[in-house]
Amino acid sequence: MSQPFRLNKEGLINRNKKISFTFNGKKLFGYEGDTIASALIANGIHLVGRSFKYHRPRGFFGAGVEEPNAKLQVEFNGHSEPNVNATEMELVEGLSATSQNCWPSVNFDVGAINNFLKMFFPAGFYYKTFMWPKSFWYKIYEPFIRKAAGLGVASIEKDKERYEHKFEYCDLLVTGSGPSGLASAYAAAKNGAKVILAEDKPRFGGTLLTDDVSIDNLSGKDWAEKIITELKSMPNVTVKNRSQVFGYYDHNMLVMFERVSDHLEKKSKFTPRQRLWYIRAKETILSTGSIERPIVFGNNDTPGIFLSAAVKEYMKVYGVLVGKKPLIFTNNDSAYETALEFKKNNVEPIILDTREEHSSELIDEAKSKGIDIRFSHGVIVANGYKKVKSAKIGKLNKDKNSFEKIETVDCDCICVSGFWTPSVHLASQSGNKLKYEEKIDAFIPDKKKQHETSVGAANGSFTLEESLKHGFENGSNLSAKITETKTEISIPNVNEKKYGAHDKFWCMPLPKNENPKRFVDFQNDVSVSDIEIALREGYRSIEHVKRYTTLGMATDQGRTSNLNGLQLVSNIENKIVPEVGHTTFRPPFTPITIGTIVGREVGMEYMPTRKTPMHEWHEKNNAVFVDAGAWKRPRYYKLGSETLFEASKREAKNVRENVGICDVTTLGKIDIKGPDAAEFLNRVYTNAWMKLPVGKARYGLMLREDGIVMDDGTTTRISENHYHMTTTTAQAANVLSHLEYYLQIVWPELNVNVVSTTEQWAGAAIAGPKSRDMLSKLYPDLDVSNEALPFMGYKEAEFFGVPSRIFRISFSGELAYEINVKSDHGMFMWEKMMEVGKDFGNQPYGTEALSTLRIEMGHVAGPELDGRTIPSDVSLNGLVSKKKDFIGKNSLGREAFNVESRQKIVGLIPIDRKSSIPEGSHIVQDQNAKLPNPKLGHVSSSCWSVENNNPFSLAIMKDGKNMIGKKFFAVSPLKNKSIEVEVISSHYVDPEGKRVRS
Amino acid sequence: MLYIKCPYCGLRAQKEFSYGGDATVKRPNINEEVSSEDWDNFVYMRKSPRGKHIELWQHIAGCRQWIKVQRDTATHEIFQTAKVTEEIR
Ligand SMILES: [Zn+2]
Repeated sequence: MSQPFRLNKEGLINRNKKISFTFNGKKLFGYEGDTIASALIANGIHLVGRSFKYHRPRGFFGAGVEEPNAKLQVEFNGHSEPNVNATEMELVEGLSATSQNCWPSVNFDVGAINNFLKMFFPAGFYYKTFMWPKSFWYKIYEPFIRKAAGLGVASIEKDKERYEHKFEYCDLLVTGSGPSGLASAYAAAKNGAKVILAEDKPRFGGTLLTDDVSIDNLSGKDWAEKIITELKSMPNVTVKNRSQVFGYYDHNMLVMFERVSDHLEKKSKFTPRQRLWYIRAKETILSTGSIERPIVFGNNDTPGIFLSAAVKEYMKVYGVLVGKKPLIFTNNDSAYETALEFKKNNVEPIILDTREEHSSELIDEAKSKGIDIRFSHGVIVANGYKKVKSAKIGKLNKDKNSFEKIETVDCDCICVSGFWTPSVHLASQSGNKLKYEEKIDAFIPDKKKQHETSVGAANGSFTLEESLKHGFENGSNLSAKITETKTEISIPNVNEKKYGAHDKFWCMPLPKNENPKRFVDFQNDVSVSDIEIALREGYRSIEHVKRYTTLGMATDQGRTSNLNGLQLVSNIENKIVPEVGHTTFRPPFTPITIGTIVGREVGMEYMPTRKTPMHEWHEKNNAVFVDAGAWKRPRYYKLGSETLFEASKREAKNVRENVGICDVTTLGKIDIKGPDAAEFLNRVYTNAWMKLPVGKARYGLMLREDGIVMDDGTTTRISENHYHMTTTTAQAANVLSHLEYYLQIVWPELNVNVVSTTEQWAGAAIAGPKSRDMLSKLYPDLDVSNEALPFMGYKEAEFFGVPSRIFRISFSGELAYEINVKSDHGMFMWEKMMEVGKDFGNQPYGTEALSTLRIEMGHVAGPELDGRTIPSDVSLNGLVSKKKDFIGKNSLGREAFNVESRQKIVGLIPIDRKSSIPEGSHIVQDQNAKLPNPKLGHVSSSCWSVENNNPFSLAIMKDGKNMIGKKFFAVSPLKNKSIEVEVISSHYVDPEGKRVRS
Repeated sequence: MLYIKCPYCGLRAQKEFSYGGDATVKRPNINEEVSSEDWDNFVYMRKSPRGKHIELWQHIAGCRQWIKVQRDTATHEIFQTAKVTEEIR
């Protein structure tokens, strides 16, 4: 069990703890502190996936978020996750990783035939090929693309993990713990600011972990550790590793993704897997560093080709060699550090430097160590299919476009460096318009829109001295403005190697007659020739080139490809890069899990559940519940093996024959008080309210300003300046806001206060011919006769010792009452009613029976008041006052509201008296007419009339009552039904309304 | 997510508010004659400016007050907030 590419001592991994895992079924091990990538490389494994379009073999390219290739399907802790970045995911015991996008295996992939057919897969291939014939799309093209283009496989299992959201605020948020981030956080913390320092990686320090520098005579790594330890000890500082700030939103709201426990072997049941932080920061320091960009050359996607800094990180952090025969291909000094690190580990690298022979501190050091340096050289094409075996290298002429000499050298890895690109994603997301910095051939932040300041490499400063200085200064100044304290900090002495100038060289030319693929974007398989084609075909805007070629559109957001793509476009177009511009950076910076976005809002926690005080009783008595907004309401009470239809019919029938009780707690209740309350109601409702006496209720209708019915309900005058309003369950919140709007903004002169009391009262309706008898037993000392408590009457009385309100109102159309008691007494009231009701044949009834009762009475509800109907559409014009003004009155005169043929409410019964009419059915003259069949109306509510023992529906129909007596068809293509119906009055039962007054 | 300063409660997250439309629209007086054109303008016609806009928001999960917010519709910058009884210019 040896690891052929593991160094003996180097690295920050814990060699005392072995971790076993599998890759494509093969058992392997790594150490605690490894990523999947470092462990695989230590085991000599480089081929990990196949590319998106051509299915070319792919290996690792980077060592962190910049990785474009190594996306794996990973199973751990009992779940399977696709597209996991192997360079970021830490190794945990028992983890099992598999390659994606290959079939049947990564070593033999059928899709690789695409590579040999590459002339058929140019830019815009999908757009061109799959456009026609149209009928091919569903059957042939779409399944083909799905199979060929898939990345990983999303799990269809329920995600059992726990995710959390956290809301936080701070004075200064620092995004990245490299030298500039540490310095900023430290200076701000010393000024007493509330600081959050976020680091994406498990280890703090950024480049300090890998660069050969010293600060105040400490190594970079030790200095970072010292600062972090001190920051952690300060109460005003929060330090978070494995936490990536991925989005910069409005008003300095930043969102951070914390990987809490994926790296832990054991965790408590309540430890979340991941946590999403919403951070409102007064100021933000963007110390996100920079990402090395590659130089483009032939077959530059072959496994074994790496970014040079990643190679150094594998050696210094993980103690892993990516190869033993390295070629280092660079246009700048930073790759010399990688070469020196190889040398230190007894590996002999060859450096190919595109620059002409010159000297600098690093070059001189490499020379003195005897490293083979070849100036004016570069890699033309890599050889090897599943792993690089050799490279054709060339000595460039002075024009750098042709070759003086070409030869082939053996190698097992190529470490490439094309200089550094500041990570400006967050700055750009914040609204900062970037500017092109000629000196570094890259974009850096320019004028800020929000409270953000980029420091260090993210701002284009690539020396440690400058980064620290910027960090300390900005951290100190920004925080001092907030805390009004300034602590002097002496900037430490820095020892670092001086870099010479880089070469503005980004793409290796090809010798005549050679045409290997040269990739710009690895993850989306976009090559130099694809971009050339796009431009030849007339795409000019960089945003269009991006979409046509898919350059930079993969999950890595083009971190290693954007600038090279821009260079290529600007070369062909003969423009400078800033004229070409850059594409838009959007959150998230790296992919985050859906679970994290959802957080705790799943299942029962998706939204609050509102239960009435009688809920437990309903549960115990076999209620089947239905959601009414957030409320749970009994839909019916199941007896034995009853169906919904049978139970609701029984319940409704019992109300018509005896008496039933219904939990109506969920109705919206608004308490209205003040000397101008009557005047206010008079303006809000369409009917007159000035003369309603104390102790009386009235049915009211309210409109929107456009004349459409908004809600209906009863309002009772409790005392001189005190009213109790009820609304429908669904509109309760809207009506309250509506009332507040008029009181606060439109008529502030009215002295009225409104407050929701929905949850303060428990309500029960008692309905049916025997309801008065039952009421008299519930209130033995009260006169409940028709004279003493008439229809729309109101009384307050003790209900077995608890205060209660009695309203004589009816929704069922029967003689009915509604009792309200304080919520705490709700259960007591309900149980007493059940007890007393026994003598009268009382049964509880649910919303389904309630609907049946109101529909056959022709009482309108939500389905009729659907945001399209005015009072006269639903036969409520009797409630519209002609004498006074009210909200929406002026709209009722509109022409379209007054045409005779307007759709209005009617009743429908099936001709066969048997077939139920599906709600939503369209009413048509001729069921066989050619489509589109002219629609005369629609069925809004349907029930089985218990009074007449046949189906009955309400419909909104053209010409309304004029259609009574005529026959039509109600067709429901959805249910595949067509039913012949006859139009009748919408008041099917007791049209004179005698029962409620009896 | 916007950060809105409720004149009664202070800076609060957008989550606590609900949007209420153009704050410069004035309802015709109740009980007064109004031309059809004026009424239609009040009910239906709204400007959709790019840039500064005075809006109504209600602090629905807070003090329940309706407030005025002067906001840039393109950048979301909030310049000023006020009680509905106060003027924003
Ligand atoms: Zn408030």
